[in-house]
Amino acid sequence: MSSVARGLSTLDRLDRLAGKDTAIHRVDPRAKVLATAVFIVCVVSFDRYEVFGLVPFALFPVVLAAEADVPFGFLARLLAVASPFALLVGVFNPLLDRDPLVVAGGVAIAGGWLSYASIILRFLLTVAAALVLTATTSFAGVCLALERFRVPDVLVTQFLLLYRYIFVLGDEALRMARARSLRAVGSRGMGLHVYAQMLGQLLLRTFARAQRVYVAMKCRGFDGRVRVARRLRLRAADVAFVVGWSALFVVFRFVDVTELVGGLIVGGGR
Amino acid sequence: MPERSAPVSHHTISVVDLSFAYPDGTRALDGVSFEVGHGEAIAVIGANGAGKSTLLMHLNGVLSPIQGSVDIGGTPVTKGTLPVIRRTVGMVFQDPDDQLFMPTVAEDVGFGPLNLGLPPEGVARRVDEALARVAAARLKDRPPYHLSGGEKRVVAIATVLAMEPAILVMDEPTSGLDPRARRRVMSLLGSFEHTRIIATHDLDLAAELCERTLVLAGGRLVADRPTGEVFDDDALLVASGLERPLGMQACPVCGAQKPAMSSRAPAPAHPRDRLRADVGAGLGEAVADAPEQ
Repeated sequence: MSSVARGLSTLDRLDRLAGKDTAIHRVDPRAKVLATAVFIVCVVSFDRYEVFGLVPFALFPVVLAAEADVPFGFLARLLAVASPFALLVGVFNPLLDRDPLVVAGGVAIAGGWLSYASIILRFLLTVAAALVLTATTSFAGVCLALERFRVPDVLVTQFLLLYRYIFVLGDEALRMARARSLRAVGSRGMGLHVYAQMLGQLLLRTFARAQRVYVAMKCRGFDGRVRVARRLRLRAADVAFVVGWSALFVVFRFVDVTELVGGLIVGGGR
Repeated sequence: MPERSAPVSHHTISVVDLSFAYPDGTRALDGVSFEVGHGEAIAVIGANGAGKSTLLMHLNGVLSPIQGSVDIGGTPVTKGTLPVIRRTVGMVFQDPDDQLFMPTVAEDVGFGPLNLGLPPEGVARRVDEALARVAAARLKDRPPYHLSGGEKRVVAIATVLAMEPAILVMDEPTSGLDPRARRRVMSLLGSFEHTRIIATHDLDLAAELCERTLVLAGGRLVADRPTGEVFDDDALLVASGLERPLGMQACPVCGAQKPAMSSRAPAPAHPRDRLRADVGAGLGEAVADAPEQ
């Protein structure tokens, strides 16, 4: 279960990255959340066979990550960890959709392959953008922005507590797994049966913990709403951030930039 | 300060014939009665499962008794008075991870004051004051889950101090701390002028900080006496699953008997005591060095 440990250390690293202080980090959380939302909507709204139109969108995560000192290797590793889902979702497309759609260099490419590539590309773009957002804003910052956007308190509180206690829960799971493996003496212990019981234990402990946390919150006057004192101030630079990026996304969405650039290059070559 | 208009002016506690049973039928408290005066420091000791935590949870209405009553400064603890009671009685839980749930230390300390409805400037001032009080101002912007055990503990205390309670109720404030962190927490507790109720297995803490000690055994209050008397009563301690604090036990090296606590004369010049005095002085400096204020 060392994957739990790895997962925790990854979250930890995201958290520490979010603690840096760069121009991107200083942008108001609301501006970053809004820009990322526009980005995602634009990427997702393309036709299902679109591949080349998506490419320019990579500019957003790449520029932000570079400006905010987020290591590309770290992002790539996280994307690779999350990719099996996207890879599986579209895996049958090439088999089901065999009509040739494009002919490139004398080879006919089936629609299925294009839509599969499109799914993977969209996945990479949206997840990369979300990761960069978290790594530059912190999870708490994103929650704060959501609260200011009038997302229901119940949801925001859930997100905040989920993130806070995932470390505690992970640690608890790790300790249990360690205790099991130490007495399993290298064998499989008692197999799946034990894992089922451990999961049950973890659930019960979670209930007990939730009860205690709730009592602690009640004792400090919790009435169903988590109030955050942090003041946000929207500066001109933040507005420029949202407007600038959103405008660019809309252009990417409705103008075929790839072809334009390609045309320019080819035209220049003539 | 208008916001400080504490609704309960006398920081006293009166518990009368308190009994409680958990839903599974376990009788955790049985006819417990005691009084606590303004500014007193009281230790609650007893074996595991004696009912210490259950008793504490009645003091600010987390649990409600099946029989008997709890009265804080003349206000009975009932459903209707809970908001008032919880402003007056601050509770520090045993596991700081249960108490620190916000993304940063400052936000966690500000959680209570914000719920009290203070304006942002008032909240910020209370956060700074409370953190300065426990010498943890430098932790302000850190996430609680990245703190050490000792740091978590003092921050948890700060979260309660920020609500400016009149009475502090603490469950095992020194459990699981290294000696220096324990010392720090103890000198901190000793410096408070609040009425304090401390449930603990750290009997040396009880001997050092509390004038009076309640002994619970099997849900019953078996003693309510000055701390020195309790720890000199070996029969009582054994019957309650306890023993004398280490500081009062015979020396493990030379076997010299410590004087009874109630008749403590100036300390005998035993090498261990000298050592302890030196270490204590050193730690005192360490605490003083901390960026308090």
